[in-house]
Amino acid sequence: MCLGVPGKIVSKDNYTATADINGNQVVVSIAMTPDVVPGQYVLIHAGFAMQIIDENEAEETMGWLLELRKLGEAYEN
Amino acid sequence: MKTDNAYNNRLLQEIRSFAKPAALMEVCGTHTMAIARAGMRDLLPENIRLLSGPGCPVCVTSQSDIDRVIQLARNPEVTLLTFGDMMRVPGSETSLQECRSRGADVRVVYSPLDALQLARENPQREMVFLGIGFETTAPTVAHTIVEAQRLKVNNFSVLSLHKIVPPALEVIFSDAQMQLDGLICPGHVSLVIGLGPYDELVSKYHKPCVITGFGDEDILEGIYMLMRQIISGQARAEIQYRRVVKPNGNPIAQKLLSRVFQPVTARWRGLGAIPGSGLTIRDSYAHFDACRRFSIPEIEEKTIKGCACGGILTGKISPAQCALFGKTCTPLNPVGPCMVSQEGACAAHYRYAPMKGRE
Amino acid sequence: MKDERVLLAHGSGGLLSHRLVEEIFKQNWSNPYLDDMLDGATIQLPLSRIAVSTDSFVITPVFFPGGDIGKLAVCGTVNDLVACGARPLYLTAAFIIEEGFSIRQLKQIAASMAETARLAGVQLVSGDTKVVEKGSADQVFINTTGIGVLESETPLHPRRIQSGDQIIVTGQVGDHGLAILAQREGLAFSTPAVSDCAALYRINSLTSMFPGQIRCMRDPTRGGLATVLNEIADQAQMGIVVEERRIPVSPVVRGACDMLGMDPLYMANEGKMVIFAGPEQIQDMVRELRQIPETSGAEIIGEVKGNHPGMVLLETELGAKRILSALEGEHVPRIC
Repeated sequence: MCLGVPGKIVSKDNYTATADINGNQVVVSIAMTPDVVPGQYVLIHAGFAMQIIDENEAEETMGWLLELRKLGEAYEN
Repeated sequence: MKTDNAYNNRLLQEIRSFAKPAALMEVCGTHTMAIARAGMRDLLPENIRLLSGPGCPVCVTSQSDIDRVIQLARNPEVTLLTFGDMMRVPGSETSLQECRSRGADVRVVYSPLDALQLARENPQREMVFLGIGFETTAPTVAHTIVEAQRLKVNNFSVLSLHKIVPPALEVIFSDAQMQLDGLICPGHVSLVIGLGPYDELVSKYHKPCVITGFGDEDILEGIYMLMRQIISGQARAEIQYRRVVKPNGNPIAQKLLSRVFQPVTARWRGLGAIPGSGLTIRDSYAHFDACRRFSIPEIEEKTIKGCACGGILTGKISPAQCALFGKTCTPLNPVGPCMVSQEGACAAHYRYAPMKGRE
Repeated sequence: MKDERVLLAHGSGGLLSHRLVEEIFKQNWSNPYLDDMLDGATIQLPLSRIAVSTDSFVITPVFFPGGDIGKLAVCGTVNDLVACGARPLYLTAAFIIEEGFSIRQLKQIAASMAETARLAGVQLVSGDTKVVEKGSADQVFINTTGIGVLESETPLHPRRIQSGDQIIVTGQVGDHGLAILAQREGLAFSTPAVSDCAALYRINSLTSMFPGQIRCMRDPTRGGLATVLNEIADQAQMGIVVEERRIPVSPVVRGACDMLGMDPLYMANEGKMVIFAGPEQIQDMVRELRQIPETSGAEIIGEVKGNHPGMVLLETELGAKRILSALEGEHVPRIC
């Protein structure tokens, strides 16, 4: 129901930031993510950075899925 | 998201090893689309059935609400600003697209902030934004209303048809006719609301819930996580989409929602009136409420003859079981909203029909 | 320089009209056919089958990254002739201009048409201008009609398509659609995408190089690749299977489409061709195409099947097959 796309923050001022989506640049409101800093990825919806994306979070807490991913690699070989 | 085929194949293999029959419902139109576009139903084993729930805000908007929007758009003082999704949705007589061709001023925007900007640039026009969407979109509109007040943009208002998801899930879970084994929970709604509402649902109805992302890999992982729970007889609320969804959601967005909106009873197509499932603008922002600014009469809900969108939205029948599907109801001439919205279960089914057995 | 505007009087047929034609069109397009200023041009054609194609061009904005309406109007009709298997020779151009349009911009458009026509080896042999009241047209509309001669005995036609034929797309899809979309009001994003607007006249050489191998060609403009594949599947009454992973789409286009809820396969292209050809020399044909600058990104994306006539299937990244339907209605950005 809600399209969202990851974008990398390239610059930021008080209320808005410029995010890069594969080379496309879009100005987004950071009202929902005021703490975001350039270099971080955000989830963009309707012109807003809705959440900071944290790839590490996914890796740390999903140990058993990581196992499965490793198995995936083995499966390929 | 990059597709890692080796991993996806591995996940599919694991999923196929679960022999237990299970009906899983996705309640997010973006999931419906992603599943259909990837042809995922073709790849899943027969014992796993994917149902499409009421997850497209366009689809669940009642026809009478669409008629009210159209009536507002016909007001010559009004410029109606909307997300592209709503343009083709038929009301009982016409659509916004048709309205525009007859002279109504209807414009498509990508962000509610773009709508506010247009209002500032056109101070002589009444600029009304059509607020549609669930918890992901509603905070962006709430923020825009707060901004409109701060900047004193007096010609801007919002017609709020926003809805929230948990009360609708409650209706589905409590329906005794629903044979549902697990819920693929909407990733982007959940980035706002977090895990809490699903914990409550799980403790009440004991069905596994997994908040899932939108890549092929995400969805397969989500299904895998649900099946793991189902096989072991467990029921928990879990997050697959951890890189985006925090357990407590986004508190800023939640605060914005409660600051600007208050829950009301809302009419959902297919589910009927659900208490506390709609969001109306609070008195403190009354000035920005299009419903109070313009007299928009309540319109009686007419049912569309033969249309089974109601049954489809609750997962009781599949699109192909509707008598109108693919005959009088096609994406070019949609009868019901599930065919109009690209995310609608019928449109997705029609466009991306799986090829199993056809070749 | 004074910012001169087109006036209604420029369309009156009087002195001002004459000046407009002299200063803008004759100056840029001068050739023996036009310079006589007759009511029509007398042209010579080889004794062979000829192809005729006409198209009208309306686009906002009139100038866009990678081109302008003039270049588009030449490329569009040239490509339609090429798709018929013809070598484009002559073009006519008719303008409908909104009162108040900038003379300077009109000159730019005329110059761009002249340049594109020169490159493509076609002569602009006849033209017309009309000026309409403000609001009756959006800036400028151009119609071009082209005449070309067929390069081979057998005209290209979908009914020549056979089971086992291969499908080539001559480069990445969606760039033109995105470049235009990003210029529209209400969409505040910038994109490095540039329109692929190009005249594909060089593809002609393939017809003689691989006699009989090319069955049919079509340029995937409005409605995009998906729509063209469906049109041809329907006309040929053959099935088509294309592989998602083999269809070239740039990361820029993919990213923007993800953001806007759109699909690259439905986005317009103005410098691409979809080629249906026999399998025997297909690799050589792709190699040749890759030597041509406009088609250097050529890829084989799928093949023709005898079963499921009229239907296009897409093999997804996950390896499933699903229907790839034609575009219905308008392809608009969405949020949900």
